[in-house]
Parts: sequence; C-alpha cells; structure tokens
Amino acid sequence: MPQYTLWISARKDAGTAWFLGGLALVVVLVPILNQVVPPSSPFHLSAYGLTLVGKYLCYALLALSVDLIWGYCGILSLGQAAFFSLGGYAMGMYLMREIGPRGVYGDPVLPDFMVFLNWKSLPWFWQGFNHFWFAILMIALVPGSLALAFGWLAFRSRVTGVYLSIITQALTYALMLAFFRNDMGFGGNNGFTDFKDIMGFDLHSDRVRVVLLVITAIMLGLSYVVCRMIVASRAGRVIRAIRDAESRIRFLGYRVESFKLWVFVFSAVLAGIAGALYVPQIGIINPGEFSPINSIEVVIWVAVGGRGTLYGAAAGAVLVNYAKTYFTSTIPEAWNYALGALFVLVTLFLPRGIIGLVSGRVKKQGKTERPLIQAGGPERSRE
Amino acid sequence: MKQSLLRPGVRWFFLLLLLASRGAGPVYGQSSSDDTFLATLGELRDASFADKDDVVEKSGQSGHRNVQAVLTALLEDRLYFRNDDKKVFLVKTAAGEDSSALDLIDPVTLQGAGSASLDNLTKIGTNNHLRRILQTTLARFRLSSADASVRVQAARDIEQNLDTGNVQLLRERSAVETDSRVKDELAAGLALAALDSSDAQPRLAAISTLRHSLRQDVLNKLQALIEKSPDGSFAESDEHVRLAAAAAVKSISRLHALNSGVETLFFGFSLGSVLVLIAIGLAITFGVMGVINMAHGELMMLGAYTTYVVQVAMPNHKEISILVAIPAAFLVAALTGILIERTIIRFLYGRPLETLLATFGVSLILQQLVRSIFTALNRSVVTPNWMSGTLQLNEALAITYNRLYIIIFTLLVFAALMLILRRTRVGLQIRAVSQNRAMAKAMGIRSEWVDALTFGLGSGIAGVAGVALSQLTNVNPNLGQSYIIDSFMVVVFGGVGSLWGSMVGGMSMGVVNELLEPYAGAVLAKIFVLIALILFIQRRPRGLFPPTGRASENQ
Amino acid sequence: MSVHDKTLYVEQLTVSFDGFKALNDLTLKIQPGELRCIIGPNGAGKTTMMDVITGKTRPDSGTVRFGPKLNLLALSEPEIAQAGIGRKFQKPTVFERLTVFENLELALAGDKSFLNTLFARRTVAQETRIFEVLEIIGLAQQHQALGGTLAHGQKQWLEIGMLLMQEPELLLVDEPVAGMTLQEIERTAALLQSLAGEHSVVVVEHDMEFVRSIAKRVTVLHEGRVLAEGDMDQVQSDPRVIEVYLGA
Repeated sequence: MPQYTLWISARKDAGTAWFLGGLALVVVLVPILNQVVPPSSPFHLSAYGLTLVGKYLCYALLALSVDLIWGYCGILSLGQAAFFSLGGYAMGMYLMREIGPRGVYGDPVLPDFMVFLNWKSLPWFWQGFNHFWFAILMIALVPGSLALAFGWLAFRSRVTGVYLSIITQALTYALMLAFFRNDMGFGGNNGFTDFKDIMGFDLHSDRVRVVLLVITAIMLGLSYVVCRMIVASRAGRVIRAIRDAESRIRFLGYRVESFKLWVFVFSAVLAGIAGALYVPQIGIINPGEFSPINSIEVVIWVAVGGRGTLYGAAAGAVLVNYAKTYFTSTIPEAWNYALGALFVLVTLFLPRGIIGLVSGRVKKQGKTERPLIQAGGPERSRE
Repeated sequence: MKQSLLRPGVRWFFLLLLLASRGAGPVYGQSSSDDTFLATLGELRDASFADKDDVVEKSGQSGHRNVQAVLTALLEDRLYFRNDDKKVFLVKTAAGEDSSALDLIDPVTLQGAGSASLDNLTKIGTNNHLRRILQTTLARFRLSSADASVRVQAARDIEQNLDTGNVQLLRERSAVETDSRVKDELAAGLALAALDSSDAQPRLAAISTLRHSLRQDVLNKLQALIEKSPDGSFAESDEHVRLAAAAAVKSISRLHALNSGVETLFFGFSLGSVLVLIAIGLAITFGVMGVINMAHGELMMLGAYTTYVVQVAMPNHKEISILVAIPAAFLVAALTGILIERTIIRFLYGRPLETLLATFGVSLILQQLVRSIFTALNRSVVTPNWMSGTLQLNEALAITYNRLYIIIFTLLVFAALMLILRRTRVGLQIRAVSQNRAMAKAMGIRSEWVDALTFGLGSGIAGVAGVALSQLTNVNPNLGQSYIIDSFMVVVFGGVGSLWGSMVGGMSMGVVNELLEPYAGAVLAKIFVLIALILFIQRRPRGLFPPTGRASENQ
Repeated sequence: MSVHDKTLYVEQLTVSFDGFKALNDLTLKIQPGELRCIIGPNGAGKTTMMDVITGKTRPDSGTVRFGPKLNLLALSEPEIAQAGIGRKFQKPTVFERLTVFENLELALAGDKSFLNTLFARRTVAQETRIFEVLEIIGLAQQHQALGGTLAHGQKQWLEIGMLLMQEPELLLVDEPVAGMTLQEIERTAALLQSLAGEHSVVVVEHDMEFVRSIAKRVTVLHEGRVLAEGDMDQVQSDPRVIEVYLGA
C-alpha cells in the first residue's frame, strides 16, 4: 500500500499552501467585512467591493483552466473565453427565466427582449431553464460538448501549435458573431441583464452576494485541488510530456489525442463554471465576452503569474485584473499600452512569470513523489 | 407678341433670309411661323397638364427651328414666363438654391434678353407623364444626331412610347442607319412594337429578335405573354407564340443567371484579392521564420492610415496621392515590421507561441497609438477619379472600377513577389533560410539579416494591402482586427509559406463567402467557412500547399 | 516475461519523399528472438524503415506485419507501441522537465489510458523494476535529476532504459552507441545480447566494431533496398558491399 496519498503530496507544495490558505482567508474575512463591519468603517467591504472580489475569483478559476490546457499540456487555446461565456449564458438563461412577470413587459414566460422582438413563444432551447438543476447541467454540458466536438476534430487530425491556436481563435470569433445577432434568441447585442433573483434569493442583497462569493471561493478551492490531483498523478506527467515532446510520448504507447481531449473538455467545463459564477455576481452577460481579446487576456494572466504552476495562474489573474481595475478608472488609454507592454515584457523577460521570479533559481532537481523504496539498494519492503 | 412692324419690303427680305438660312443659327426678325410658334408657347403656358401633352406633340410636329431648344428647356425646368407681360422665356441655367434672378433667353432669337428676378417669373412646370412625352418627342430630333451614342439613347427613349408615328420613325431610321449599335437598338424597339401586333407572325419574329436581350423591360413583356390570368385563359392567344415566348424567357433567364454569376465571381475575387494581399505577407513570415505575427493586421492598418495622411498632405493632388501612398505605406509598414523583429521577435526565435503572444501585445500598442493620434473616428480616403465609376459591360453586368483595379493590383503584387523570391539573390537567401536554416547559415548566409528583411517584406505588403483596403472601406483603428482572423484562415487553408497557397486560398475564400452571403447572410457565411476549414484541416492538416522536407516537420 | 514468437515481415516497402525514393521495394524478415544489425551508408533508408514500422511515416506501397495477423500499417503509433514494438531514437529524446525516475515510470508497460493513469498508484513491483533498470543504465544516483540536465551519453542510456521499461517484443535500436565511451559500448553490447532470445532486437549502427561484436546476422541497406545479408564475414567480403560502403 503506497505510503502516502496525492493530497498529502499537494500539501507539501508551498505554493498550494499559500493559495488555499489565502482562499480560506477570503472565505472568512469577506462575510465579516461586509456583514459585521459597519458601513461607516473604512474596512467595510461594499457591494461594489464584493462584486470585484467575486469577479477576481471567477477569473482565477478561468485562469486555472487555461493553465491546465496551456501551462501543463502546451495547447495554446485562444478561445477559452468562449467556454466561459457559454457557461455564463447558460446561467443567464436561468436567471432571465427567474425574472418571470417582473420584467418591463410583464410577460410571465418570455424575457423582455423576446417580447420586444414580437416573438410569441419560447424557443425550444430555452425549455427547461426555469429549473436550476437543468441550468447547472447545461453549464457543464454545453461548453463540454463543444470542447469535445471541436477537440475531437482538431486533435484527431494532429493539428498543433500555432495552427491550433488560430483555429480556436476563429471558433470564439464565430461564436461572437453568432451571439451578436438579434435573432439568435440570446438577447443579441444587449445580452442578458436586469436579473432579479437566483433560486428565490434577491441578487441585489448583500447577504446573497456574500454567499455567492463564498460559493465561488469554495468552487475555486475545489477546482484547484482537483487540478492539483490531476497534475500530480501519472496522467499529469503524461500531459506534461505531451507538452514537451509530443511524438515521443506517442511512441511510448500513449494515445495523445485521448489525453488532450480529456484535458480540453475538463478545462472547458471549469471555464464554463467560472462563467456561470461570474454572471449572477456581475449582473450581465453580453456577446462581447466571446471576443478573441478576452481569451488572449486570460493567457496573459497565466503568463504573468507563472504558467504550469496552478497557483501562479490564479495569482496572475488577480494581479492583472486588479491593475486593470485601477488603471481603467484613472487613466484608461494607458491601460491598453500597459496591457500590450505586459504581453511583450512577460514573454521576453519573464517566461516563468512572477512565480518564477519569486522562486529564484531554476530547479535542477525534480520532486518525485518520495519513492517507496530507497534508491541505491534493492531493499524491498514486504507488503 | 408682336414686334414693331417693319416696312413690308424689309419683311420680305428677312423672310427670304429666313428661308435661306433655315436652321443655320439665330435668325433675327420674325415670321409667321414664329407667330404660330409663339402662340404655341402661349398655349404651353396656359394649358392644363392634360392638354400640355397635345401641345408638346403638336409643337414637335411643327417643324419650327427652335422647338428642340424650347422642349429641352421645358424638360430641364428652364422654361418660364414673366408675370407682368406673360412673355415666355427660356432661362440660361436652371434656378439654383440661391438664385434670385435668372438670365432670360428669347425663344425666337435664342439670344439673351436681359434678366428678371425670380419674383417676377413663374416656371412652366412638368409632371412625369409630360416628361415622358417630352423625352420621346425630343428623341425624334436626336435620332438624326451625328453622335451614335445620342442616337442609341434617342431610340431607347422612343421605345417608351411606341405609337404608330414613332414606330414609323424607327423604321425609317433603321433603313438608313449605319452604326451597328444603333441598328440593334432600333431593331429591338421595332420588335417590342411588333409584340403588340395583331398577327401572330410578326409577334413570333419579334420574339426571336429579342431572344438574347438582357433588358429587364423585354423580359417583363415576354413574361407577360405567358402569364395566365385568374380565370385560366392566357394573355397570349396563339400557342406557338406562347411557346416561343416561354423558350425566350428561359434563355434570357439563363443569360441573366450567367451574368449574375460572373458578377458574384467578380465580387468574390475582389474580396479575395484583399485577403490575398493580407495573407501573403503573413504566409511569408510564417514560412520563413515560423512565427505568426498577430500585429499583421495593425501593419495593414498603418498602411491605410498612411494613405489617409498622404491624401491630407497633398490636398490638391487627389488623383496621384494614391500612387504616392503605395510606396509610402510599404515603407512605413516595413520599417515598423523590422523594428518589431529586431526588438522583440528575434529574441523569441524557436518559440512560436510566445511570439504570437508578444506580437499580440504589439498589436494592442499600435492600435492605441493610432487611436491617440487619429482618434477612434472613421477616416475616409477619397477614391481618385480614374478609379471611380462603373464599367457597364452589358445591361445585366456592371463592375466597379475600384474593385477591378484592386484585383489587378493584387495580381501585380503577387507577380512582383514571385519574381523577387524566385529570381533575385535575396529571394534565394530567403528561401534557403526557410527550408534549412542551419545549412543556410553554414553556407554563409546571414540568417538574422534575412529574418529582418523577410519580416520587413511581409510587413510592407501588409501596408500595401492597407492602401487597397482604404479604397473599399473607412479607415479606423480596428481595421486590422476585422481582417486578421480571415487572413489567418487563408494561411491555414493555403499552406504555410506558400505564395500560391495564399493566392488560391484567398481567392477561393472570397468567392465562397460571396456565394454564401445572399443565402445565409454575412455572419452565417463566416461560421460556415470556419466549420468547413476545420473539416478541411482533417484531411489536409498542413493546408493546400504544405511545406515539404524534413525541416518543416518541426513546425 | 511473455514468450513471443512473432516474426517481423517487411515486404516490398516503398517510400518516396518528393520524388526521392527513400525505400525502394524493401523486403526483409526478422525472426523472433533474433539479434539483427542493419548497416548501410547514409540515406540508405535505415531510419526511414524504422519510421514506417513504428507508424511515423506512411509508405507508398508494401506491407509490414508483426506476426501472421498484425498489420502494422493499419495501426497508429501508440497502438504499435502497445503491440509490443519499442524504439530508441537516433536523436535521444527524453522528457527534459521530468526526472529520470519519472521518465522511466512513463515507459512502464501497462494500461496507458487516461483514466488508468489518472488513478494509478505505483506498486512495489513497478518501483523495483524501475530501480533495476536504473542500475542497468547506470543512472541510479541521478534518478531525481531532470532529464534536461543529463549529458548526451546519459540521455542515450535513459532512452535505452525507457525502451527496457516498455518490455517490448521487438526492439528497434537506432544508433545506440553514438557518443559513448568504450566501456559503455561494451556494456551496451552485453545488454543487447542479453535481450536477444526473449526479444527480437534490430540494431542500426555505423560502428563496425560494435556490429561485429554483437551481430549474428547483418543486413546491408543501400538506396532503399537490401544489398546483402549474411553474417559479418560474408557481408564484409561481399564485393558489392565493399564497392558501395565498406571499401578502401
């Protein structure tokens, strides 16, 4: 019986410890700072602050998904925001139906934009979204299925590298164009907004916001642990081998396409979940979320933080978005310059991201899981 | 209006002069025909619209030398009468927005007769019906004009009103007509008239004449012949004629479809040629250096803005500013490209995904730069005269000059590039480095220099693509983003590093897009193309013209 | 160790790249348990032949069978590897960012599906095996070192080790001793000889001394087809071979 389990090995990793610890801190502090600390105090976390933190957490989850597919597997997918948005739209559809007769036009079934378009009945693909469990299912299923179909086609034909990146970018671009159309049934260029409540809880109340934020943090933590487990397993090593020497691993007998597909689909589902958590906190989803620049920005978060580390990706997401929030409120034009410069500087000078900078010297030694038997002598422990 | 009476002898003299110099220019004095003429003018002034038709017809037949001038003036809103003495005058130029007074022309002498303020003048008006009558009447005059194209137009105008008189006119004219174009037009007019004949034979003959006509009115008339009225009877009684008409309609429809197809093809090529221009630069840099330059679209945008700047800097030379812009755009884009290569890309050699990200950063910076300098507003670049306008190939097919020139331009650029790569030493070096860098270096080729040059070349072509694009659409900082994804797809489709691949890929994508658009709309067409591309990649993962050799396996 | 009895049949294999015929109607047969050396000048098609067998390159025509029923041309690379054919590449490719230990672990024979590897726990037997191989290839002290930090010769050994871990029935070894010291060459020769019998071993090499020391049967390739075949003496005295390859 192996002496240790994977999650213990995860605990031995300093980055993971910091990350999970930080999350725990958020989970504890946020409710206090919002609910307990009075609004007059400078420590009070306002509703705006709640939204901001929630947003960062969702982005951190999105960054995790990109790190998994790019940092570990080497697939530069420039379309992860598509999966994020699909999850967001699925949640949005549920929230729209929850509005019910409280919309501007007062129709109990049809959302406002459909009434505006003179539609008489709900399109078939809206059926079922009045049930929360159905929405949850779709949040995982829709991005997952798209990733499955697309990935199967792409990986099977051995499309790799830059070609693959271009095609993923084209995919999200096409989706953006499609969702911008007013007759698609997804709200056109306005998207979905004006949400009222979720499962009966008022979305505008601070309490509910806090709960949503805590749920997001927990999901982030859970996803992190699962990702860490994947990455620490033998499958994780295969995935990293695919990144570094794809044909070699093939000759060892591994079905590379199958591994890539699993990771791609799982990553898409993670992104979808991130999107679904994002929408009720932000209060809006529109087709601009599909635009290619969003996807590329996520890649930069991961690159800045440190790809191939998981916690680095999450940290990068929070850092860059914090900078963005700060810059766009003070000097908006400068943000574009700053973002562009970030891309250039990180790729040129910080290939291992900030984490790389912090952890100092390049590792010469690996950290294999501690072998059951010691090297240097065939001492076998009997089981 | 009666002028003061001259002595009888002088009047006879002038009458002789009048007779002798008929139609040879302004004649002074007045004759009895002038009186009638003036009387007619008075009728024109006073009659109701319904009666005006008759007056015009009558005057058309009257034979007075100035009838054409007067009727033309009436048609052009240049016939007025003075309020105080009710005299009818032509005016020199039609009343504009700020005219207060108009220069008068005497209808009899056709000489200047002073001017009058607009308050004192009333226009003799026309309506659409009257205009048509005027056109046809005037056409009779023009049918004997010296200029063949005027005669063609006259014949066309007459066809608007094919009464027996006019048909006779056409017949007379076609007997003496020498120009083939006019002859065809006259024949068509006569055939159209014959379609209304009471006998079946002339109708059949007419149909056979009109079988290849591309004119919409001909088609309409033929279609009317085979129409069924609600009670089941046909408009055309004779069955032979009906069958002939149906066959004619079918053949005409086929011709229309053919022309429409050619037009779609033309638009497809025009769209495709822009894609080709953008994709070629990308294909070269990707082929030689293995990098995808995400800032490529912005280099094109720089070229478009260069065109704008050149135009603003040369405000009086609209016609040649675009010719100046071409090398200018090339230089601007090429230098920017070389700068990018030397400062960034060269350090990321062998890491294509990183290069993709870094160049994306560059594209953001370039976009913001342009936005800061030129604002985000659209800027329009004026098309020079020699590039504007339409070439009407036949009634069903018209191609615009600007698109035509862009297609030709693309072909020229392509040829020039082929020449550079195949025939020059520089081209040889570029090809060597792209096929086997290590070997090329070992042979003394300075591969860094070649890299910079290649990147400059590719970028310069993007700049030139921007010049072409500025003729088709407005220039704004997002121009690059709209086309970059399409050009990526062209490169993926056509094959990396292959010029022919870009040409074939770009043109075919342009045509496919044009073909799909009327059925599916622009967005769905794009989505369809994307899916088709993904499926195509299944069979040919390296594109239509893949790079060959062991070295290319590393890409 | 499974008993294997599969013959490798290569029949009339033709491969051309852009008009150049890398393999030209190549036919040969490797008996089960044989140790065969393939020699020939550069460009003779030795590596291309291995590429076809392992599924890296598709031939224009011909057949490759492993055993009476298994058509290798219909399989993908992983499937061929799973079918019991292992290859050590000409240019050592190890996984630079994984440790030596992890490199070998990846090569472990067994179920290589995603789900299995996700939940796999290393057994004692497996670890024992890894350490055995580490001893054989002489990298036991460096088992925590990252693959990318090894010297060229060590990388060669690691690749040999990975090949051993796969427990293949047929080993294709492409230039195993390039860059090795004399002692290492001797060790490699001994290793390969010990493997023959229970495995089929095909070795491509240029080092004639090495070939002589291990080969029972030698095949000479030239311009994509078999020029001569026999034991080392026969081949070395064959006039055609001398003219083309070994001469003067």
